[in-house]
Amino acid sequence: MTDTGILIVGVGGQGTLLSSRILGEVALRSGMDVKVSEVHGMAQRGGSVVTHVRFGKKVYCPLVGAGQADYVLAFEKLEALRWAGYLKKDGVIISNNQEIPPIPVTLGHQKYPENIRESLEKIATTYMVDAGRIASDCGSAKAVNVVLLGVLARKLNFEKELWTKVIEETVPPKTIEINIKAFNKGYGVV
Amino acid sequence: MKKLLLGNEAVAQGAYEAGVRVVSAYPGTPSTEITENVARFDEIYTEWAPNEKVALEVAVGAAIAGARAMACMKHVGLNVAADPLFTSSYTGINGGLVIVVADDPGMHSSQNEQDSRYYGRAAHIPVLEPSDSQEAKDFTKLAFEISEKYDTPVILRMATRISHSRSLVEIGQRSDVHLKDYTKDIGKYVMMPAMARRRRNILVEREKSLKQYSEEAELNRIEYNDRSIGIIAAGGAYNYAKEAVPGASFLKLGMVYPLPEKLIKSFAREVERLFVIEELETFIEDYVRTLGLDVIGKELFPKTGELSYEVIASKLKEAGINKEVLNLSFENCKAPNVNEIPLRPPALCPGCPHRGVYYVLKKLNLTVTGDIGCYTLGALPPLSSMDTCICMGASVSSAHGLEKARGKEFARKTVAVIGDSTFIHSGITGLIDVVYNNGTSTVIILDNSTTGMTGHQEHPATGYDIKGRPANKLNMEKLCEAVGVKRVRVEDPFEIKKFQKAVQEEISADEPSVIIARRPCALLKRVKSKNKPYCVNTETCIECGLCLELGCPAITNRSLISIDETMCNGCGLCADVCPTNSITRGDICD
Repeated sequence: MTDTGILIVGVGGQGTLLSSRILGEVALRSGMDVKVSEVHGMAQRGGSVVTHVRFGKKVYCPLVGAGQADYVLAFEKLEALRWAGYLKKDGVIISNNQEIPPIPVTLGHQKYPENIRESLEKIATTYMVDAGRIASDCGSAKAVNVVLLGVLARKLNFEKELWTKVIEETVPPKTIEINIKAFNKGYGVV
Repeated sequence: MKKLLLGNEAVAQGAYEAGVRVVSAYPGTPSTEITENVARFDEIYTEWAPNEKVALEVAVGAAIAGARAMACMKHVGLNVAADPLFTSSYTGINGGLVIVVADDPGMHSSQNEQDSRYYGRAAHIPVLEPSDSQEAKDFTKLAFEISEKYDTPVILRMATRISHSRSLVEIGQRSDVHLKDYTKDIGKYVMMPAMARRRRNILVEREKSLKQYSEEAELNRIEYNDRSIGIIAAGGAYNYAKEAVPGASFLKLGMVYPLPEKLIKSFAREVERLFVIEELETFIEDYVRTLGLDVIGKELFPKTGELSYEVIASKLKEAGINKEVLNLSFENCKAPNVNEIPLRPPALCPGCPHRGVYYVLKKLNLTVTGDIGCYTLGALPPLSSMDTCICMGASVSSAHGLEKARGKEFARKTVAVIGDSTFIHSGITGLIDVVYNNGTSTVIILDNSTTGMTGHQEHPATGYDIKGRPANKLNMEKLCEAVGVKRVRVEDPFEIKKFQKAVQEEISADEPSVIIARRPCALLKRVKSKNKPYCVNTETCIECGLCLELGCPAITNRSLISIDETMCNGCGLCADVCPTNSITRGDICD
């Protein structure tokens, strides 16, 4: 059970699938066994989404269960909170500092929790990143996913060149420059 | 070379390597990507069919004609295709025939949690079940071999976590499988009573041989470890169980119908306590019990939803299994100390054309029979405009049923809503029923020019085929007219006032009527909005909340009402409903 488990969580449409694809490919090319579990269909329509990535010598289950996550990589704060309980004892949270209120909050039926950062810090080491601003500075607010992937990449033991190579091969050709910039910025955050 | 493939991509790769020539399918989560990926291979004729019944019949025809053929669908699609399924089991095949069906334990994107394995048993068709992408590819190829060796269709049963998980797959070459000769053989292919009776007997014999195959095949394997605990599992459940109790002995089944009696008995003899761990129904467990074996199954493990390593390990602990052999990592988890984490249900996208329709239906307080697609989300708050959703096509026929039960007055306050792809799939037959049997229903076809929920597949009314080539474009208006509807009109759901008037006129009419609410899906690449986002003038906004009633994810209400410009699609619906004209297009606002 020495494999690494990463939960990439966010709101449908934020690009969790692309991130997990890049991460999975990097692990694969580093000689690991890899399993990735994605979410398609109804849940993608603006709902809470989670993608599971596991890599190591041999991985059986494609899901990162409770207590099996080394990292929770969150594209939205509330989603970080929702999944933080899946972390291992010494797990790490990397979260975008952006708030996207879900419909029940917008309608006033439920409250968006306050002090999420503090709640997260009580559970695990937390890096709160202003990924939205960094992404916009790089030329596209949509590059939030790659900024955060950059932050994660710094923590993992894969070669940086491999990351950029896989990103170049994975993202749409027109967006390569912005995405590489976003990745590098993220890589330098922590 | 190894690639990281989705289970669904691996099935497509398997079909390619198996020399498949014809694939027909109707999209449905979690099965859709199989066909999308098959379509990338020029060697394989691939199509979207109007529904699963047609898809399977196309595949049956191709198989009889001598080609290796495949039909793909989600679990509920197999209900639609059940008719050809049962009789194709009688005719058998010529070229290999594989039916891929993807179940959805946990109902991530489905209206029920049915277990497709029963179809195999009921139709006497073998069922293979992979547990990762490599097996998905290998089993697909094997399924074609079994199909041709035993003259039978074969079901490949997938499930969400296998279909939508990526794992490593060794990529191979396409094998050169020739088109077999076609010979007319009415004793085999014309299923009328005299011939079908003969084929029925052949079916019984075939099943015996398949059972023997199941006993010996490598795809059912025993992994002996700690013999104090023996687990029989297949597919995703095998992965969870392996994670929960890695040191146990396993009988890993790759063929879940017919089940290997002798293999199960010999495994049972070798282990102290025998468990069957499976998702959904007690399919394997029931069989094991018929063998008179002492087994623990669903009296311990949950009967509903997906399994997980956590559930399995905690249940095994409950059953007295030594803690040392269990993976109990979840017991050390720290849950966040927060009273309540708000839910984040899916919602119609910003700019979704359906939003205008539901806004009007809610305003008119109508009874709405709904259907399957993105637009089912209109049932949720704040739009809350749907009374029923059963299955593909049921909106139209059940609205007719409502009318026949409660009378024409009730019909004056009822509409059926159905998507364009769903209408072609099975709404049209309901509409024929309405017209034929003197109904007066109003049907709103939500025509967003694509199959939306499953991720934008073409269909007969989009004007393109699966490979994006121009195709004959079904004319929805003429189709409705042709079945006898005299009142057919096309409206833009974003012109709210006009749309409302149209609905009021049509529900008042004492005859069947169809409103085609036509506006393409906001996510379609070819129509993606270049409109500037809207913004709220906070000085004139009176915070009445009418715009929030649209349920648009881009409109938020933190201290003030505002629009998230990265999410706003610029559709302008909120500006239309704002009573104080406080919502305007971005460039005017600045």
